[in-house]
Amino acid sequence: MSDPHAGFELVHRNDSDALLTLTGDWVRGCDPGDFSAVSSQLHLGTSTHLTANGAALGDWDSTLVAFLLQCANHCREEGIAFDTRDLPAGATKLLALATAVAPHQREPEPTPDWHETLNPLALLKKSGAFLRESLEFTGEVTVALSRLVAGKSNTRLVDFRQFCYEGGPSALGIITLTSVLVGMILAYLGAVQLQQFGAEVYVANLVTIGILREMGVLMTAVVMAGRTGAAYAAQLGTMQTNEEIDAITTMGISPVEFLVIPRLLALVAVMPLLTLYANLLGIVGGGIVAGGMGITPLQYITQAETAIAVNHLMVGLIKSVVYALLIAVAGCRAGMNSGRSSAAVGQAATEAVVTAIVYLIVADAAINIICQQIRF
Amino acid sequence: MTQAASEPHISVSDLTMAYGSFVIQRDLTFEVRRGDIFVIMGGSGCGKSTLLKHMLGLMTPARGDIAYNGQSFVKASDAEREATRRRWGITYQTGGLFSAMTLAENVALPLQLYSGADTGEIEDIVAYKLALVGLAGYQAYYPSEISGGMRKRAALARAIALDPEILFFDEPSAGLDPISSRLLDDLVMEIQDSTGATVVMVSHELASIFNIANNSVYLDAASRTMIDSGDPGYLRDHSKQAVVRQFLTRGSSAGDSGEQTQGQGNER
Repeated sequence: MSDPHAGFELVHRNDSDALLTLTGDWVRGCDPGDFSAVSSQLHLGTSTHLTANGAALGDWDSTLVAFLLQCANHCREEGIAFDTRDLPAGATKLLALATAVAPHQREPEPTPDWHETLNPLALLKKSGAFLRESLEFTGEVTVALSRLVAGKSNTRLVDFRQFCYEGGPSALGIITLTSVLVGMILAYLGAVQLQQFGAEVYVANLVTIGILREMGVLMTAVVMAGRTGAAYAAQLGTMQTNEEIDAITTMGISPVEFLVIPRLLALVAVMPLLTLYANLLGIVGGGIVAGGMGITPLQYITQAETAIAVNHLMVGLIKSVVYALLIAVAGCRAGMNSGRSSAAVGQAATEAVVTAIVYLIVADAAINIICQQIRF
Repeated sequence: MTQAASEPHISVSDLTMAYGSFVIQRDLTFEVRRGDIFVIMGGSGCGKSTLLKHMLGLMTPARGDIAYNGQSFVKASDAEREATRRRWGITYQTGGLFSAMTLAENVALPLQLYSGADTGEIEDIVAYKLALVGLAGYQAYYPSEISGGMRKRAALARAIALDPEILFFDEPSAGLDPISSRLLDDLVMEIQDSTGATVVMVSHELASIFNIANNSVYLDAASRTMIDSGDPGYLRDHSKQAVVRQFLTRGSSAGDSGEQTQGQGNER
């Protein structure tokens, strides 16, 4: 070819006939110019017929066919006949293939405006649906639990043991770290304030009560929500994707009994134990900081002993059971209602953690208010 | 038709399936006789798998009924449904094996739940079922450790664990090479032949359809309803619907109906 540079030229031969001459090498990166030049020129004339001439074409690849497809689509929309006889045979065939099926017209989905998303009514409706779904799931779990009590359930002990191990002993490492640190943080915060009154020794009371009633169980729950709750959601979501849940349902087994109940019971069984462990380590963590402030270990232990009371311990343990239920329900619900794609499984895991933590905070506030009202 | 007199094992009447307001297929009415190998045919996206899901009770019909042995499955209580389902064996498109269990545990699960057999007995049955599908010795493998074709066969072993009355298959040979696919077909046929189970499968593999099926329904994507039903071998040559003949002959000419089929192909 004399001129390897790719280009095109549109000439109106007469009122109804236009000629599109393509020249040069139409290969990737050749920059032949924008298609809009053709469409705007076609608009100027009254052409009803467009002929493409490829006699001066050199090499060509998908660049050419992509351009021709734009021409063909434009011509179809404007009702102009597009004649491709003079083009290379391969390009004509590819163009015929690409235009064989008319482009799919997607029905326009109503895209909500930004102010729509802030609409309190829509928001209320959405959270209402979420609440309903959660309640439905909780109902199913309750029914399954009652069947378990009645001895009619398909829950397997093997699964329960497996989940107990996964949720309990293997979480000890991370619980050790978080609870020691939380104990130290509490002691540090308290000690700095109490020093002003020369009452450093009461740091032991503050740490002990704070850990037993509140922080020990809350930190354990947060760790379990992120660790076990998310794992439950991901496991069940993947099972949904793999048609495993379908297989269980059609085997005549309730997926809630078979999959959710062992997970839920395992979490309920290990959470109080983990909480006790976290309580102990939290108090030890507080002791480390107290030692740094000049309180002897004996003083710290004696003072802590005066603060330990059954009611503080019980509040923590009751909370641990409630939180375990909430984390398991949030995780399993997200997993069971997950979509059937890898993205949906990820979403389910995220949803599990977020809802679990919201549930935890709300439940914590509620339990504290109740305890205060009944002076427990 | 000699079998016409035998009572229908499954009857679908006036079934309409929809996702929300989007109708997938409407007015489906057909019967599956006891011992049939029944194929649900149709192009991609016409609702074959959706129909299977409705038959399995995984989705609720917008209208119409599905009955097993003359008993409505749509209106049945949960307990009745579970009882019906225990007489089924199902293999899913992806196998649907429990990924957290070994093959032996997968096959053993329905036995543990429903057979009342003791552990030793179950072990023997599991070994026999796995041997039946050519997976003897694979008891301790997890589904992720074996090939796709083996997974399908393992799923079949689980499906036949309880000697079901009806076997459902969702695209049994999808993603398999021609030889494995043929082997799986043969396996299905032999099991059907020796147990007399009714087989319902979703398939668009022509080889499978002609190899094993003796009854079928064709779902059309364009008109969103069934346009023909019967023995696929008969439909290939005698269907009144050009699309069905075209589907069953891969769009190429077949005997005297060739020209028409070709004509249809060009129109579309």
